[in-house]
Amino acid sequence: MIVSCRDVTVAYDSKTAVDHVSFDIDQGQYVCIVGENGSGKSTLLKSILGLVPLKCGSVSFGPQVHRKRLGYLPQQTTIRKDFPASVFEVVLSGCLNRCGARPFYSKADKTLAAQHMERLGISDFKKRSFIALSGGQQQRVLLARALCATDRLLLLDEPVTGLDPLVTEELYRLIEQLNRELGVTVIMVSHDISQAVRYADKILHINQSLLFWGDTAEYVNTEIGKRFLKCS
Amino acid sequence: MLQVLHDLFSYTFIVRALIVGTLVSLCAALLGVSLVLKRYSMIGDGLSHVGFGALAVAMAFNWAPLPVAIPVVVAAAFFLLRLSGNSKIKGDSAIALIASSSLAIGVTVISLSSGQNMDVYSYMFGSILAMTESDVYISIALSTVVLVLFIVFYNRIFAVTFDENFAKATGIRANLYNMLIALLTAVTIVIGMRIMGTMLISSLIIFPALSAMRIFRQFRCVVIASAVISILCFFIGLVASYALATPTGASIVIVNLIMFLLCFAAGAVRKKAA
Repeated sequence: MIVSCRDVTVAYDSKTAVDHVSFDIDQGQYVCIVGENGSGKSTLLKSILGLVPLKCGSVSFGPQVHRKRLGYLPQQTTIRKDFPASVFEVVLSGCLNRCGARPFYSKADKTLAAQHMERLGISDFKKRSFIALSGGQQQRVLLARALCATDRLLLLDEPVTGLDPLVTEELYRLIEQLNRELGVTVIMVSHDISQAVRYADKILHINQSLLFWGDTAEYVNTEIGKRFLKCS
Repeated sequence: MLQVLHDLFSYTFIVRALIVGTLVSLCAALLGVSLVLKRYSMIGDGLSHVGFGALAVAMAFNWAPLPVAIPVVVAAAFFLLRLSGNSKIKGDSAIALIASSSLAIGVTVISLSSGQNMDVYSYMFGSILAMTESDVYISIALSTVVLVLFIVFYNRIFAVTFDENFAKATGIRANLYNMLIALLTAVTIVIGMRIMGTMLISSLIIFPALSAMRIFRQFRCVVIASAVISILCFFIGLVASYALATPTGASIVIVNLIMFLLCFAAGAVRKKAA
């Protein structure tokens, strides 16, 4: 077990966004959180990350991963369009949780950032401006940053939104590679159900409360899985 | 030109203004990059008005100005930051409310205590004569603290400015650093507003960052360029105000404006060439 959610409940004002959701995720799994718009997918992800206060319930992590060592790929809209930052500056900022009380990055941090950039094929952009890159390149940069922050658990919030089909395919394959080759546990919020069942080991379907949690093979044969797959 | 500079440095009050002004320009420019990118530019403006109110009250009761104004403005900075985070009254209108109220209180207190318009003018638009010797020492100490904290927390400030949610998810206490930025801004504003004036100090925060952002695309370059531009503009503005007998604060803002337009043009040309 790497993440365990018990009875997680989140409410905005008086509206319940996530309602008593419980599940355990094992190390090395590839989990997709699916559901309709406004079903609480992103909120569930954010509650695992500790970004939203829980009304009740708890999120705990296994001994393999520290609470501060999570890799997060946020929905892209949160970053300003005119932010001056080079690709290397962005990737390196993922190493900050390794620094502890150290104010500056060490040589090892910079090497790690360079390695992850190499792995994701963005080394050539090192000095380029982040905002000048294409959508797919930007996502790779943010993925490299997330990898700097963790070697165990990646949490991705709709990583392919706004990308063209070819780039989407590439990004999915990269994430799969990280999962299979490095053994990184992946938890991904996705609105693309057909891709979700293609890559994920496990599906978590929510609509405020938990509707399905289990193996992908099982999901596609359930009533709700069939209905959801047909709609998309 | 050399004669002008020589004359300039023979006045103690100008040397004082030069020392404090250079330090304040530096601090303001560094913090400005983060404030502009976080869309907190208006907080600088709001805080300077609060500072005006606090200064006016301090003067009326014959208290030392800086020790009164700094805690008041720091408190206001925390308050504004909380407001813009989550509340029924949105950040920008809250700032407008607080700024105009502080201004009104300040003006009223001044007119009740002295009745002279001259004082109001020098508060609002700054005075190069304002610094006493003890002010200079306080200013040097505080700006040093601001600079050291900025450099030590530079990487964290970048992370929190670039992507607050990611920073929080990796265990960085984003709210703490937001407060740090607000605190440092408050201190910088109070030190700087005696020379620059309440109405003009916020330009020292906003202009250099915006100018630097026209030309550079890396955070570190923008921060360094912003600092250089700010100090350069301050110096040129100060010399010009001495040579042409124009108000100091206003002259510095105009030099900053010219610099911004130049950077804007340079940025546009480079974009076209690329």
